[in-house]
Amino acid sequence: MPAPANSTASPAAATASNYLTEGTTLKSWLTTYDHKRIALLYLVSITAFFFIGGAAATLIRLELATPAGDLVTHDTYNKLFTMHGVIMVWLFLIPSIPSALGNFLMPMMIGARDLAFPRLNLASWYIYVAGGIFTIAALIAGGVDTGWTFYTPFSTMFSNTHVILVLVGVFIVGFSSILTGLNFIVTVHTMRAPGMGWFRLPLFVWANYATSIILVLATPVLAMTLLLVAAERLFGLGIFDPALGGDPLLFQHLFWFYSHPAVYIMVLPAMGVVSEIIPCFARKRVFGYRFMAYAILGIAVFGFMVWGHHMFVSGSSVYGNMVFSLLSFLVAIPSAIKVFNWTATLYKGSITFSAPMLYALGFVGLFTIGGLTGLILASLAIDVHLTDTYFVVAHFHYIMVGGAVMAYLGGVHFWWPKISGRLYPESWGRVAALLIFFGFNLTFFPQYLLGYGGMPRRYHTYPPEFQLLNILSSAGASILAMGYLLPLGYLGWSLFYGKRAGSNPWRATGLEWQTPSPPPTENFAHPPVVSTGPYEYEPQTGTELPQ
Amino acid sequence: MIEMFHFLPASASGAAARFDLLMLALMLLTGAVALAVTLLIVWFSFHYRKGSGADRSDAPAGNRIIEVAWIVTPLLLFMGMYVWAAYDYAQLYRGPANAMPVFVVAKQWMWKLEHANGHREIDELHVPLGQPMRLVMTSQDVIHSFYVPAFRIKQDVVPGRYTTLWFTPTRTGEFHLFCAEYCGTEHSVMGGRIVVMPPADFTRWLQQGTSQPGIAAHGFELFRRHGCSGCHSAGSSVHAPDLNGLLGRTVHLQDGRTLVADENYIRDSMLLPKKDVVAGFEPIMPSFAGQLSEEEIMAIIEYLRQTGAEHASASK
Amino acid sequence: MKTAAPAAPVRVPPQFDTPAQQDAAATLGLWVFLATELMFFGPLFFGYSYGRSHFLQAFAVASRHTDVVLGSVNTAVLLTSSFTMALAAGMRKADGRRAAMWLLWATAALGIAFLFIKGTEYLHDWQQHLIPGTGFALGQGDSAGAQLFFFLYFATTALHAVHLTLGISVTGVFAFALRRGAVQFANGERIELVALYWHFVDVIWIFLYPILYLVGRSGG
Repeated sequence: MPAPANSTASPAAATASNYLTEGTTLKSWLTTYDHKRIALLYLVSITAFFFIGGAAATLIRLELATPAGDLVTHDTYNKLFTMHGVIMVWLFLIPSIPSALGNFLMPMMIGARDLAFPRLNLASWYIYVAGGIFTIAALIAGGVDTGWTFYTPFSTMFSNTHVILVLVGVFIVGFSSILTGLNFIVTVHTMRAPGMGWFRLPLFVWANYATSIILVLATPVLAMTLLLVAAERLFGLGIFDPALGGDPLLFQHLFWFYSHPAVYIMVLPAMGVVSEIIPCFARKRVFGYRFMAYAILGIAVFGFMVWGHHMFVSGSSVYGNMVFSLLSFLVAIPSAIKVFNWTATLYKGSITFSAPMLYALGFVGLFTIGGLTGLILASLAIDVHLTDTYFVVAHFHYIMVGGAVMAYLGGVHFWWPKISGRLYPESWGRVAALLIFFGFNLTFFPQYLLGYGGMPRRYHTYPPEFQLLNILSSAGASILAMGYLLPLGYLGWSLFYGKRAGSNPWRATGLEWQTPSPPPTENFAHPPVVSTGPYEYEPQTGTELPQ
Repeated sequence: MIEMFHFLPASASGAAARFDLLMLALMLLTGAVALAVTLLIVWFSFHYRKGSGADRSDAPAGNRIIEVAWIVTPLLLFMGMYVWAAYDYAQLYRGPANAMPVFVVAKQWMWKLEHANGHREIDELHVPLGQPMRLVMTSQDVIHSFYVPAFRIKQDVVPGRYTTLWFTPTRTGEFHLFCAEYCGTEHSVMGGRIVVMPPADFTRWLQQGTSQPGIAAHGFELFRRHGCSGCHSAGSSVHAPDLNGLLGRTVHLQDGRTLVADENYIRDSMLLPKKDVVAGFEPIMPSFAGQLSEEEIMAIIEYLRQTGAEHASASK
Repeated sequence: MKTAAPAAPVRVPPQFDTPAQQDAAATLGLWVFLATELMFFGPLFFGYSYGRSHFLQAFAVASRHTDVVLGSVNTAVLLTSSFTMALAAGMRKADGRRAAMWLLWATAALGIAFLFIKGTEYLHDWQQHLIPGTGFALGQGDSAGAQLFFFLYFATTALHAVHLTLGISVTGVFAFALRRGAVQFANGERIELVALYWHFVDVIWIFLYPILYLVGRSGG
């Protein structure tokens, strides 16, 4: 039997030795094998990269407030959106939930003491940092202007910027992803506590497991593709260069074969976070747990089959495009199941609106809108008009920012007491969540209209009739920026002045809440034995069912 | 006047009207779903907030019937959307035979267009109202994309091959032309306008400003000047395939494959002649890579297309 | 605490509960790693099938310029090394430590022989101006297909050689360990995993050999 839930832990528990206090030198942090410390190393690094990528976005939105290119030159603007994409995708979004939250929680959620390969885990972080250094070096050396998609032959034969540096950086970061994914897969298969069968796993574990499958299978393709781009650029080989008989579309197929599953790498863990938060604050089991688990797997599998929908107007075959469009509609079905099930989880629940819950509910709404616009883009005839316009930009920001980033922040807030042993100030948390929700919509909804109106993406200057919507978007971005800065402030503040947290301040289910906050290095004094399913909440009384 | 921006851009092609209808249907459908989900979340959040006296007995943890229902229903709706959109999309690629050709070469950072009679334009395309148009396009350098929002059409323009775009303008006026595939420094200013004119005005316009021969005549001149007719004409001592009426003809290749000769095949034959050798012929044709510009290649192809038309009418 | 039993208790790293769990994790870990390796080679195989369909003649001509004698010898060498490796793993599991050690040495030696022969081939290729880029000597003016073939030839065989070198090093490490008597480190389960990796590298070669050396050689 697991140790009884200790929701009124005395503050004295915080002064006992925990993973934070055991070893306080920098060296102890940089040579740690503890998955919780590695998670924090990631948390700090990805936050830094988030704000660098965000700085690029700020400059972009400032420039786009006026139709003329009056803030920066064409080339600088092109470098800004390239670095924004590269940093946000590979150095922030892809590692964010798996490496910062997943590393911390996965072993605890399954009742293990650590991941299967702790040294590999530390290596993953160092590899990530090395890749990040190359990328920042490219930025400092003057930036790259190929777009984060590196389309050939522009990236191989025409760009005069530091393409190779960035390619090397992304190539290296890819190995960090692969090793993390490998670690998660092996851990979930071989290190679950006694009684923790597959269908007793929290959905956060399912989500990160499916994500890991994508990570290990898709990322190597990206690595090889980027190597080929570098080889062509360095040695003048004719792989993608039509003048030497190569095919630029070959690059697009190889690139999108990775990059479409990559978007599911970014969104599946977010769905896992939301599936932990909503049951807790509705005090109710997730509706349709098995369907949710199968939907996660379905998204991962189908996600590999739809890459061609990025190439509908690129000159590929009409019949091939029809197949990809059909599959793109099918991949939306499991996502729809999840949205409906989260909504149904609220039914007959007992709902409170903490900051994590606000983020989670915001995710459901914004992900729904982003997903539905994805269906519009999957519609072949409409995509001819909408592809390469701001409609696409709006679509993917609704999923990545309105979805993944909000879920990430929700997760950070939800597990903050466990990670830090402190409570953050709840009112500030709610204010930030609402500010982010409002600022986000004001920033990106006008972009749907801009796209349908015909404004292409990656445009430094634009015809004056698009200015009104651009001004609204930039105004929204300023609000969004404020919203993102707030947690940096009050979460940091809470580390020193926040109320100390008990082991389970949210009265949540899940093995991670059975430990003190912060947890000891070995997680569990005795390996827990699991005898119940996840999410054993009881709405009438608002407490968990007795163990 | 360039159209002022409205929520919907001007609808100025045959395709645009159909697409706007489809888009409206999609917006209504997706909007309804989004609204329904939002309203449910808001209602549940309010009605089942902690402390409300709502009835929470028998709270369900799952319901197989409902799950199946909300799998099958979206599936059917999605299939409907898919079929409608795929059908309209297929129409885009079925150009009528009487489409007027225009040859487009994109380069960083301008559009070069040439009408069949040789009239050239830069960053502008004049077209007659109601006439189906067929754009044959290639790029000299990187990938660009020919985008006319008012026509709701877009097609990437790829170096090393031809891509095709059909449209029929249905309103006179001037409409934005944008480059829609990022292509470097001046991507955002690589645009121009499409000018749709009444047919009579267009015919007059087309005749002006043409001092050079039409494209096909230019192609014939190149065909002779570069020595193509030395091997590929009837009186030649060299055994080379007959090119009259080549476009659209089925060709049997040495390795056993068969293909239908299109613009891309002819272009490859000139630049990479050993790639697809015709059955029964030696691979002795030299490559003309580096000797012909994209416009010249298009001109030769247009000349060959004319020989096909003459051939067909002569054999009637 | 040590007991008086003849075998010392096996220590597992702190995250594992039992040696069996550790072995299960190591085995699954290697299989997942091999899956990533397959996806790493994948784009090159995809590029090959693309090139083969677009440049049928050129690929056949270019393939006839590979050294089928050396390539076939190398294939025999590698297959034999897989045999000795499998025997080594089997011997170790049956507690034949000295036999396993010698077989691991033999495997490593065969691997080194493969690399040596491959290096010789590369030297010949360079002398015949078959390295893509300026100076490439096959098919003047229309060498796109041949260059693509040789680019893929060098890319796939070089990537294969890198993996083989890693395999030789690890095999050597375990052979040394057995020589030192480090029987817990060089246990049967681990050597089986090394064998698994070795066989994977061999299987990659089994696909590379026909598509690189045998295209266009049948029937003429």
